[in-house]
Amino acid sequence: MPTPSSPHLREANSISRIMRLVCAALFPGIVVYSALIGPAVLAQIVLASVAALFFEAVMLKLRAMPIRRFLGDYSALVTAWLIALTFPPLSPWWLTVTGVFFAIVVAKHLYGGLGQNPFNPAMIAFAACIIAFPALMSEWPAQGLMLPFEQQLEIIFGFAPRIDALTAATPLDVIKTALKNNALRAGNIQELLMSQNLYGTFAGRGWEWVTMTYLCGGAFLLAMGVITWHVPFAFITSMAAISALCWLFDPGRFSDPLFHLFSGGAMLGAFFIATDPVSGCATPRGRLIFGVGAGILAYLIRVFGVFPDGIAFAVLIMNICAPLIDRYTQPTVFGRRANGRRS
Amino acid sequence: MDILTAIAVMALGALLLGAALGCAAVRFRVEGNPVTDKVNAILPQTQCGQCGFPGCRPYAEAVAKGEAEINLCPPGGEEGMRKLAELLGRDCVPLAETVKRAPKREIAIIDENRCIGCTLCIQACPVDAIVGAARQMHTVVEALCTGCELCRPPCPVECIEFRPLPETPETWRWPEVGFWKKEDVKPEMAAA
Amino acid sequence: MMRTLFSFPGGVKPDPNKEASARAFIASAPLPERLVLPLKQSAGVAPLPCVRVGERVKKGQIIAVAEAWISVSLHAPTSGKVTDIGAHPLAHPSGLPAPAIVIEADGEDAWRERQPLDWQGLAPREVQCYLQQSGVVGLGGAVFPSHAKLGGDTPTEELIINGAECEPYITCDDRLMRERADEIISGVALLRDLTGARQCLIAVENNKPEAIRALRGAIGKHREDFVVVTLPARYPAGSLRQLIYALTGKHAPVNVLPAALGVQCFNVATVHSIWRAVAHGEPVVRRVVTVSGNVRAPKNWEAPIGMSMNALLQLSEPLDDTDGLIVGGPMMGLSLPLTNAPITKGSNCLIARSPRLFPPRPPESPCIRCTACAQACPQGLQPFELYWWSRARNFDRAAEHALAECIECGCCAYVCPAAIPLVHYFRFAKGELAAAARERQMADGARDRFEFRQFRAEREKAEKQAKTAAAKQAAVMSAAAAPSEKPAPTPPSEP
Repeated sequence: MPTPSSPHLREANSISRIMRLVCAALFPGIVVYSALIGPAVLAQIVLASVAALFFEAVMLKLRAMPIRRFLGDYSALVTAWLIALTFPPLSPWWLTVTGVFFAIVVAKHLYGGLGQNPFNPAMIAFAACIIAFPALMSEWPAQGLMLPFEQQLEIIFGFAPRIDALTAATPLDVIKTALKNNALRAGNIQELLMSQNLYGTFAGRGWEWVTMTYLCGGAFLLAMGVITWHVPFAFITSMAAISALCWLFDPGRFSDPLFHLFSGGAMLGAFFIATDPVSGCATPRGRLIFGVGAGILAYLIRVFGVFPDGIAFAVLIMNICAPLIDRYTQPTVFGRRANGRRS
Repeated sequence: MDILTAIAVMALGALLLGAALGCAAVRFRVEGNPVTDKVNAILPQTQCGQCGFPGCRPYAEAVAKGEAEINLCPPGGEEGMRKLAELLGRDCVPLAETVKRAPKREIAIIDENRCIGCTLCIQACPVDAIVGAARQMHTVVEALCTGCELCRPPCPVECIEFRPLPETPETWRWPEVGFWKKEDVKPEMAAA
Repeated sequence: MMRTLFSFPGGVKPDPNKEASARAFIASAPLPERLVLPLKQSAGVAPLPCVRVGERVKKGQIIAVAEAWISVSLHAPTSGKVTDIGAHPLAHPSGLPAPAIVIEADGEDAWRERQPLDWQGLAPREVQCYLQQSGVVGLGGAVFPSHAKLGGDTPTEELIINGAECEPYITCDDRLMRERADEIISGVALLRDLTGARQCLIAVENNKPEAIRALRGAIGKHREDFVVVTLPARYPAGSLRQLIYALTGKHAPVNVLPAALGVQCFNVATVHSIWRAVAHGEPVVRRVVTVSGNVRAPKNWEAPIGMSMNALLQLSEPLDDTDGLIVGGPMMGLSLPLTNAPITKGSNCLIARSPRLFPPRPPESPCIRCTACAQACPQGLQPFELYWWSRARNFDRAAEHALAECIECGCCAYVCPAAIPLVHYFRFAKGELAAAARERQMADGARDRFEFRQFRAEREKAEKQAKTAAAKQAAVMSAAAAPSEKPAPTPPSEP
């Protein structure tokens, strides 16, 4: 039914444009990441994209929805790229595909498709896989041991044996393992970190360059009006604050805020994951609370929890709280006073 | 030993909580039965008896006591059932088969030429919406008629019929908008 | 003079598209042969016809008289003969006909006797009644009777004259301000005396520099204490509540009249019509209508009320691919097929529609809660929540999210990337809520009558029982007194 209702004008904007902008914002990060790790990253992205579009199409078909129109909104692609960027780059192909399956089929379509999912699909994929395959999900390639592309592909597709020497823990992992074994003493952490400094200077193994480009991509999204400043700001400041507190309390045991902000998925989480509008908060104050909660939880999980990085679980936990936060942070309606009384 | 302590702790906890609940039940007991009134307020007051009870209040009492299902009211429809479910903390249930037809308000109209002035319909009307006197022509007050159809059977000359109220620009409502399901998307739009 | 303006939340900046129609002078539309005058042309109650079919009427003669306070009289826009009083199609989304008076023009256009009102010697109440009998309503589109706004209990502090005209395409107020600034300012002076306002603020968006210049020039001659305030162009700056807030910082919720806050607000065209009514004795029988969009000669026409919309559109030569009309602006107006429905007092603009200028809305996508709508809402609402609950037909929850505060300005649907017709959802939900309230009211009445009926039945039963008991008693008594006599007949209970 063509609606006769006003307005009869529309701004040139669409969901597909928003999703394409998100992909564009991820692009510089992908370039630097693959320069650092190798073209395996690109292979993973292609693999995840194909799998995501395939699952999306199948689910749309099963749900009797217009396939071309909904594939054209690029939302599956964004999920796929986030999965490819958060999974270890040399993870076997079936792991990536399983992750995409969880994200698209379970987390997205079984909950009602785009706009209805209570949890961030990419983070559901990450959480499901890290619980099911903890060892594989912790095997990050040691940078600097760049393998030729064919060899990377062979590892991904299982033609070559997964050599343990090829993979190593991330800087976050190194510190956590040390922490767990009580191997850390005052001053020790700096040493440990220094040993990881192959390319970068403060986040270990060049991660800061990758995260920095994510930060730039996030700034681009902010400038384009795709996301609002609330979640990234709250996420980054809260993580900086809590890590600074711990660091000041005991610099020997805890690493500095800069390290935390620029390693692991912090920037990706702040700008691309925690800002997911569907599963996050929608009110401005709610978004601030969401960001603060996700930032603090991510720090706590990554420092004191079992898993190397905490972004996924932090975001999922905040996803659970989002409707409640929204309910209690409804903004004042124009013409009503803040206490709900009419002016 | 440990297991005994655990059992003791749990038992003590259960006792304390049980006592608290019991106290609360006594202290905060609700006087009377306001539930009936609340249920009655949700019912549409057509007094049509289609639920099988003689009027809205008896049905409200039965619902409040839990003796009747909440899906029996045709004029209330889906919306009314949902409100009852919300009020009583019950699950939503599909409307009963007898209720399925769309609730559309129709009002009684008396054919003036055939009315013999028997007053039977006046006696049948539960809401006093018919005026008239013996051997005088009767008429229905449009604004008061609930469309319960209780006046139809008693009429000996079958001069009462039911018609929907005509729509005017004042009573007109915007129609519901199509959702983004497949059946609402025209093929040429889907291709775009 | 600089003034601190308050900034209302949200708003959008659509392409104004005003230049084309703002260039030409206001032209007088030729008199049509047949005029259809819907009775209900104002908010409130429709007036009652006071002419018969076949009766000859003069221009300006009252043909339907107001019988309630929130109602105004209706006048013949030209001299001629009443040929019909009955249902005629209306510019309404339902397409349903409504009662109207049809006048066949005799071509003479002869006025009834016109007399200016000597208002300076009159009580405000008498001026109000005069305005009611002159059919003055808000010509900005809301058509609220102007006399009913005046004379509240709260003393008026600010008198706001709304010349913002924030909707794209519309330029009728702009042209009026440029060409008839003197009359507008005289009207403002009149309103100021009537309301006793401390301040007179004439608000114009900054994209109308010539109108601002004309108004300032007119003020210079008369009153120096009137202020022309330049508003930054942002839709909906001309919306009542947003305008009042921008100028005074006062919030008016939907169910509170601005008068209660000490603010009176009139549209410039309304002020002009008030002045014409008072100073020249001319009731509202014509109005300036912008005809724009897909036409060769976009222009402002001064057209008689009751003229066919299609006839007026033809004057501006619509292009071949015109497939319909938008009555009002593109943000809040009504989209209709090419229609012969009449111009009413509220029709400020006709836009010829074409697929090129107004491409059809793409099909609706799911809402991703991007909150673009909430950022654009000038009422600070959360349209995506309202949409969610309206779509789920859970109207009570929508009402909890302040659905009633929605002014249907269209900003949310304008920015929505998912192309959801949000305003349509809200209109649907509001209609259902209003219908539910009506039904609720009916049900309450039905319950009261039903309960009273039960009570009456029981009372009658009790009376009957009492009567039978009394009769029995009497029978026993009389039997005891005179056993040979028959029991007396029961006396009638009613006195």
